[in-house]
Amino acid sequence: MSMKKHYQRPLDFKTGRIDMNHGAGGRASAQLISELFAPAFDNPFLRQGNDGAQLPAPPAGHALVMATDAHVISPLFFPGGDIGCLSVHGTVNDVAMLGAVPLYLSASFIIEEGFALADLRRIVESMAAAAREAGVPIVTGDTKVVEQGKGDGVFISTTGVGALPPGRQIGGALARAGDVVLVSGSIGDHGVAVLSQRESLAFETAIESDTAALHTLVAALLAAVPEGSVRTLRDPTRGGLATTLNEIAAQSGVGVLLDEAAIPMKPQVAAACELLGLDALYIANEGKLIAIVAPEVAEAALAALRAHPLGRDAACIGVVQADEHQFVQMKTALGGMRVVDWLAGEPLPRIC
Amino acid sequence: MKYVDEFRDAALARNLAAKIAAEVQPQRRYHFMEFCGGHTHAIARYGLAELLPASVRMIHGPGCPVCVLPIGRIDQAIHLALERGAIVCTYGDTLRVPASGGLSMMKAKARGADIRMVYSAADALKVARANPVREVVFFAIGFETTTPPTALVLRQAKAEGLKNFSVLCCHVLTPAAITHILQGPGVGPAGDVPLDGFIGPAHVSIVIGYAPYVPFALGYQKPVVISGFEPLDVMQSILMLVRQVNEGRAEVENEFTRAVSADGNRAAQAVMDEVFEHREVFEWRGLGEVPDSALRIRPAYAEFDAEVRFGLCYQGVPDHKQCACGEILRGRKVPTDCKLFGTVCTPENPMGSCMVSSEGACAAHYAYGRFRDIPVVAA
Ligand code: SF4
Repeated sequence: MSMKKHYQRPLDFKTGRIDMNHGAGGRASAQLISELFAPAFDNPFLRQGNDGAQLPAPPAGHALVMATDAHVISPLFFPGGDIGCLSVHGTVNDVAMLGAVPLYLSASFIIEEGFALADLRRIVESMAAAAREAGVPIVTGDTKVVEQGKGDGVFISTTGVGALPPGRQIGGALARAGDVVLVSGSIGDHGVAVLSQRESLAFETAIESDTAALHTLVAALLAAVPEGSVRTLRDPTRGGLATTLNEIAAQSGVGVLLDEAAIPMKPQVAAACELLGLDALYIANEGKLIAIVAPEVAEAALAALRAHPLGRDAACIGVVQADEHQFVQMKTALGGMRVVDWLAGEPLPRIC
Repeated sequence: MKYVDEFRDAALARNLAAKIAAEVQPQRRYHFMEFCGGHTHAIARYGLAELLPASVRMIHGPGCPVCVLPIGRIDQAIHLALERGAIVCTYGDTLRVPASGGLSMMKAKARGADIRMVYSAADALKVARANPVREVVFFAIGFETTTPPTALVLRQAKAEGLKNFSVLCCHVLTPAAITHILQGPGVGPAGDVPLDGFIGPAHVSIVIGYAPYVPFALGYQKPVVISGFEPLDVMQSILMLVRQVNEGRAEVENEFTRAVSADGNRAAQAVMDEVFEHREVFEWRGLGEVPDSALRIRPAYAEFDAEVRFGLCYQGVPDHKQCACGEILRGRKVPTDCKLFGTVCTPENPMGSCMVSSEGACAAHYAYGRFRDIPVVAA
């Protein structure tokens, strides 16, 4: 990817904008890669400079796992993060929730013509920092540019590959009656942080997105309890805690009984939801996980989560129960009972 | 936040529940209608029905502005966006309401209509200023709570001389709807629909005060308690209603003394009065035509009235034949009495008004309460 620098004017990261040439595969594309993406993500695999990366096979007996995620978010920058770090965390977490060790990421950018190079650099650098911090290199990628009006600034799609140790089985279908439901911390932070930045909605809140890579938290949890006692791990992203638990209930053919008073939630999140007529149980999280564990390890699992900086506020929020209707139910903070249903469509603010 | 917590204290809730249980008379049944969807939502979301004695039954009234929006009105908004090229701005939960031809505003959007969700009437005005060459229509819905902001933007648009802004006014009035229910078939003293009292919406009364409820408390001998929306407000109001019934009183009482007065907000009333006048009749989804129950824009503001500007004619569209919404809204039936409930009619694919917004009686029962219909194995 080397090019004689002095024959070409360097990219103008102050006032420059993406144009159609940057996606045409010619010199401008190469320049974008060599001046922005390659130095930011730099690692030996990327340096191979091919269209794909050649990667070492996982240790014998391990299975490969793969997850992919497209990130479209508005606004692109929000308190506590941006689309760049989010696109790393999201995919690392999807791999980690299977109990696998995330190894490599790929990244594909769809950028809208006219997008400011300064913003793109900010996003790429945040993404690179997130990947480095997680210890999961971005080993291959792609860039496309679409005409103005055909994109929303930037879309980033990431794919992650990980290695699953022999014999490990963690999945959404493995929860059984009697198991205990744990959550690694307060819910709704990410969704509320993003909402607070919507142009038409801008409200003051100290809430930051919880976006984070959770694989070390998963590792700490798995190390603390016997293999097999963690049945299900899931990060409650879009659709929030409620939707995730309904998915698990359906996959495992069980019911869940939650205790509302035990669900950790920051007061600012509760207040913002109140204001907007939204239910925090349905609000997205990007740095929290739900763990369904065997009852006999619940204490140890909770202690392991709480000992990790990303799980300090972990709590036991409910139990899995036999229920042919696969209802997620909740004992409300006031002592009543209700169903916590699937989300119908997008959560929309109520008018009154 | 402390403020909210006080109204959600579990010990206080148990205490109130115990009081209600102690005060209900053994031979008597109590049927109270909570008019407003906000209360329906609170009752469902906090599982309050569980805390009440079996003899107290809550009836979910028609007070969800999204639910009572007739199909024909949404058709008008969709027509403006799809056929007339207008940018239509509206509140979020209006987007899902089913319209004619399998459409909703959300589906129309997918077909190219420029429909934008706004969080306030003022945002719609901003859209108009930012798009001077496009017609921008604010689809204004809601009860007395959302009416003053609409009045204010109309006044503002006139002051600015905006040429591309108008309002499709579908604001409705609370007292008229309650009167309609009380005059409905079977509600009177000899009727078969038991209605022993009302929980009135506090946010409406912050605007109009509680005085407008006095006539039907007296005239129809139905106690009314103006209530806040926190679960403990609702519990307290139920207790107050039980007491009125037991003592044979029918008065307007105010549970929400922290913000409601007899006369309400005079300034808000004045601006509403300047901009709006009463419609002789307005169709409510589920209830049909209700006299004197909605507002339209006064002739002085005609240039900002989308109905005038675009020469719209109202065309009513009937609901699904088997939909029992009307009877549910009047307290004659419960959601599970409807043949369509949970099969043909679900929150993803609502047929009738009660299933449309999470505050509707059918949607609330579907989302929060349907486990009560089916025996669930305990843990
Ligand atoms: S279930 Fe649907 S169709 Fe039946 S009454 Fe309710 S809203 Fe109407």
